[in-house]
Amino acid sequence: MDDFVSESDSDYTSYWRDWFISSRGNEYFCEIDEEYLTDRFNLTGLNVEVQYYQYALDLINDVFDLDCDDEMRETIEKSARHLYGLIHARYIVTTRGLAKMLEKYKKADFGKCPRVQCNSHPLLPMGLSDVPNSKAVKLYCARCEDTYNPKSSRHAGIDGAYFGTSFHNILFQVYPALVPTKSAERYVPRCYGFKVHAAAALVRWQNGKRDEMKRRLRKMEIDSGFRDGEEEEAEESEEDDELEEGFGEAGAPAAVAGGAV
Amino acid sequence: MSTSSGSPESWISSFCSLLGHEYFAEVSEEFIEDDFNLTGLQNQVAMYKEALEMILDVDPDDDEDDEDEEDEDELDESGGEGRAGGERRHHSRIASDLSVIESSAETLYGLIHQRFICSRAGIQQMSEKYDLGHFGVCPRYNCNMARTLPVGLSDIPGEDTVKLFCPSCLDVYVPPNSRFQTVDGAFFGRTFGALFLLTFPDYDISKTGADHLASLNRSGDNSANADENLIVNGFFARNIAPGLGAGKIYEPKIYGFRVAEIAKSGPRMQWLRSKPDDITELDEAKRYAQQAGDSDDDDDDESMNQSGRGAARRRPPGNARLRTAQRQAQNGSPMSLEANGGETEL
Repeated sequence: MDDFVSESDSDYTSYWRDWFISSRGNEYFCEIDEEYLTDRFNLTGLNVEVQYYQYALDLINDVFDLDCDDEMRETIEKSARHLYGLIHARYIVTTRGLAKMLEKYKKADFGKCPRVQCNSHPLLPMGLSDVPNSKAVKLYCARCEDTYNPKSSRHAGIDGAYFGTSFHNILFQVYPALVPTKSAERYVPRCYGFKVHAAAALVRWQNGKRDEMKRRLRKMEIDSGFRDGEEEEAEESEEDDELEEGFGEAGAPAAVAGGAV
Repeated sequence: MSTSSGSPESWISSFCSLLGHEYFAEVSEEFIEDDFNLTGLQNQVAMYKEALEMILDVDPDDDEDDEDEEDEDELDESGGEGRAGGERRHHSRIASDLSVIESSAETLYGLIHQRFICSRAGIQQMSEKYDLGHFGVCPRYNCNMARTLPVGLSDIPGEDTVKLFCPSCLDVYVPPNSRFQTVDGAFFGRTFGALFLLTFPDYDISKTGADHLASLNRSGDNSANADENLIVNGFFARNIAPGLGAGKIYEPKIYGFRVAEIAKSGPRMQWLRSKPDDITELDEAKRYAQQAGDSDDDDDDESMNQSGRGAARRRPPGNARLRTAQRQAQNGSPMSLEANGGETEL
């Protein structure tokens, strides 16, 4: 907080947005075009969301010239950042905004998926709610289609509403070629090479779900997006069959052990 | 031993306190000194003897310690090289040698560590570290900061770095801090994660560290909820991937509308995070029995999987077998009997 006050005091007349997106912790944001900001239609409804709306907007547009004390400035500064975030959520689903975020995505500015089998696939920022101040920003991996907490605590505090619940899905609707190939690879817990029964049973069940989905999609002649999954799958199911044959015998001694406890 | 080397801290504890080595447990010297525990490691590590000496703080470089050190040699390694040879080797050792030994010692310690954390003492030590949250939390949002366990994806050193296994979603993740990306996964091994869950079935793995302590207080009245003690496939049902299943799967939406599966960008990976609503569906043995209608030999399975651990404890061990015998004699409908027996106890 102190940082930005001192910094903004010195050169608040020039390029507030530049300063904002380049300051630490704001790496997820892209710069909103001047034209987008000046079109009042794009800002519909935001005036009730933000305190000192007009001043905040002026600050973002570098036309702020109100003479006021530091406390007031700070409040307006805070409002401006909130307003920028809310406009950002709208901007990034526009054609230009998507393109800008796409660049950042390709550079992996939002980090990489922590899941081992995703091979460091780049992430996308997302909100779990479009209402401000409800949930912090999360990261979405298009490969495993799951949501992750940001690694760094400085990102964990960003409001998820500044990115919205729709952006990352719209991105892949607009750029379908970018949808990553899915992988059926997964981790199976093992003890000295043997699968753990409870986890393995769940894995078998989940694989069943996956095959069901693939069958559904194949029937509709839609690409399931899995790459060279067929051989892998065949191998896996073979292994599973063996196990399934074996579980009847394996179950009995386990039951005895359970009873003896 | 540590007095002879003159350092206040043993090699093991200084190794474990290095930055990036926070996941390591301190292997007890008794474990290392038992040759049986080191079977086969000679062939995997260069300069094995020197490395082992370094780990055990038997410092061969100090001339005045030569005698002590040789005594240690005899203790540590029966049938090693002769004394004279050892002495000559020590004198000819140079700095570059030392760095080789140092890295050998690290590898050797890691490989011993892999075995140690699967032993009773080691897994206990790791569980204490787990309790304190030393291994971090799952990055997945729906796992709700469940604590993770360090695992390797290979048991052979040099293949992959250490990963974090989340028992809540049964998946593995890259540690968030890059300093762990230099730690070899083989030093933890493939077995530890799964063995930990099997060793400590009572852990509430969906809880974060703070919640864990809070839950200890209310554990007295858990008999009230028999469902909590349901056992499926040898695990408490509540501990089978608590971070998965309905409500814990991300559903992509655009302006509030779900993205259809048939869309090119539609959801394709939800299976990975799903779990049957009724966890007993995973009890394949029971399901198979129901489908096959032949239940002569799987009544035992049912009674084990259906009833809680408490129920199993209450029943005398011979009882289940007795009932099986009765059932075989009657050859009637086993399912109706099951309703009177195992299931009503829930």
